[in-house]
Amino acid sequence: MRRSSPEVNAGSMADIAFLLLIFFLVTTTIETDSGINRKLPPMEELEDPPIIKQKNIFTVVVNKYNQLLVEEELSEIENLRSLAVKFLDNGGGKGEDACDYCQGDADPRSSDNPQKAIISLKNDRETSYKVYISVQNELVAAYNELRNREYIRLNPLEGIDFTEANRRFSDPRTNSEEKERLRPKLRVVKDMFPQKLSEAEPSKK
Amino acid sequence: MSKFKKKKTGDLPAISTASLPDIVFMLLFFFMVATVMRDSTLMVKNVLPTADQIQKLDKKDRVMYIYAGQPSSRYSDKYGTQPRIQLNDKFSTVSEIGAFVLAERASKRQELQNVLTTALKVDGDTKMGLITDIKQELRKVNALKINYTTRIGDYSKNIE
Repeated sequence: MRRSSPEVNAGSMADIAFLLLIFFLVTTTIETDSGINRKLPPMEELEDPPIIKQKNIFTVVVNKYNQLLVEEELSEIENLRSLAVKFLDNGGGKGEDACDYCQGDADPRSSDNPQKAIISLKNDRETSYKVYISVQNELVAAYNELRNREYIRLNPLEGIDFTEANRRFSDPRTNSEEKERLRPKLRVVKDMFPQKLSEAEPSKK
Repeated sequence: MSKFKKKKTGDLPAISTASLPDIVFMLLFFFMVATVMRDSTLMVKNVLPTADQIQKLDKKDRVMYIYAGQPSSRYSDKYGTQPRIQLNDKFSTVSEIGAFVLAERASKRQELQNVLTTALKVDGDTKMGLITDIKQELRKVNALKINYTTRIGDYSKNIE
């Protein structure tokens, strides 16, 4: 006569699984792999640097006390974005320098058009990295704000803005058909507001 | 009479916990899949600053990492509290970055060698001097695409 073997008690299974779960929760970190992309200038110096009019340069200086000097004026970081937008979107140029999509004040003392406008960022060796990133973030935000505006104006039916389109474009899961469709649209807006953010060579001290 | 009473006093059946292990295993597998194990142990303090105008680095095989920050408390006796650079698993000086980048580049597939991005994972309290030095070194070896890795959040969290 066969005796049925006793069933294995599975009551502690949950405990074991919990233990493993907690172990993984503690030991792993969700890696942050996003940030502000930048391109460094190549090392070789230009033979004769092009002459840029002072009014086309927007200077941002961060000193070692993390204070911000925007266009020679002490300023708070909260105002940086709107100041940069105002400068880039000014469109004060006449004739061939005119900018037909700018919505700024067309102040003749500020930038001619977004293609010529350059933001120059200079920082001290003692500047904190946090503040530097905040400044970078706000300047990129200014460009994105304008690019979003133009993208929506040019592609009103798409329902997405430039940032979203750019994200889809660089996402590897997007199919190539969609990418090819987005590429020229992004190109147009990028050419309208090219990101010209120059960083001063580190000052020797 | 007693027939009815018996039914009333019957205990509530216990809730079956037989599916509990399955649920927990499901969670476990989710975490195992969704998280990435660090390939190098961090030896520096690494509280990244926050930013919201960010782009994702999707292709992991095209990224090399440079960490910088104060040595963590375990190492501060030996290495002091000045911010330092960490490459792979050891503390390095600025002059070693060039060799590191070239070695990383050589270890990648040929077609990826020109599209590599350098992710700078730098602690928020570091001074810009160190970062400027790193950037100068990267320019020397022509590794021009960089990414300041940040957490997602408003910039105002940085300043307080």
